[in-house]
Amino acid sequence: MNLMRRRADLVCQQAVELVSDYLDGALDRSDRKRLERHLRACANCAAYLEQMRATIAATGRITPEDLSPEARQEFTDLYRAWRADDTTTGDERAD
Amino acid sequence: MLPMESDAELLVRLRDGDEQAFVLLVARYQGSLLRLARTFVPSDSVAEEVVQDTWMGVVRGVDRFEGRSSFKTWLFRILVNRARTSGVREHRHVSFDPTEPSVSPERFDRSGSWVEPVVPWESEVDDRLSAAAWGPVLRAAVDGLPGRQREVVLLRDVEGLPSAEVCSVLDITEGNQRVLLHRGRSKLRTVLEGERRARGQ
Repeated sequence: MNLMRRRADLVCQQAVELVSDYLDGALDRSDRKRLERHLRACANCAAYLEQMRATIAATGRITPEDLSPEARQEFTDLYRAWRADDTTTGDERAD
Repeated sequence: MLPMESDAELLVRLRDGDEQAFVLLVARYQGSLLRLARTFVPSDSVAEEVVQDTWMGVVRGVDRFEGRSSFKTWLFRILVNRARTSGVREHRHVSFDPTEPSVSPERFDRSGSWVEPVVPWESEVDDRLSAAAWGPVLRAAVDGLPGRQREVVLLRDVEGLPSAEVCSVLDITEGNQRVLLHRGRSKLRTVLEGERRARGQ
């Protein structure tokens, strides 16, 4: 048996399942090599990879809503109340 | 504009009892916390209670925060603990569907190759000018993900936590995290692709 035999080439439908892990550097060496070999030969999957990269980048640009002035005031009041009543409960785990 | 103070700088001020520093931290993370809390509890109002509880935990626990993880990771971990002990839990889909594909099977022929060419669109979505146009679509898509996928996508891709910290906050394995992230991201890509088509681009 030839242990060095190359594993079967990926088809597109398999390749797309590896893309997220690939972008995270989470594929093992053998899967990474197989995927990269496929991407070099397949413009469609290369485009898919870029779509996924763009999706992740766009997701990173989602920004949280701004705090309303009312909420700001509410939290200022809460803070004062909590500080005034500072009975430490001891249930905040240390980091 | 003044440069934004880092979390660590605000934390130093918070330890000294500076209420303005507290409000700045709340302003920075309230939206993120509410969104994450909402994945655990069945309503916005319960999510707000859990988040308020989390901030109380921060005020009371700040002296014990030792900076081994980032403030953000510590904050999210308090939230997850509070949410999980709040008693109410939305019915959540916990099992994996092993057949759930990233891309609809109709897009492939019998040999597993794409039926139609995949069109590159990275420049449109990447373009900062169009970020305003894509933002609401993507936000709704993230909100529509199943709970566990949503948690991982929020922490990894929206908040930018490293994967080890995501696993620690949510108390899940590395493998689990990868599967959830992969599923979530694939769905977001599909939504953007559909939206792009609907807009005739």
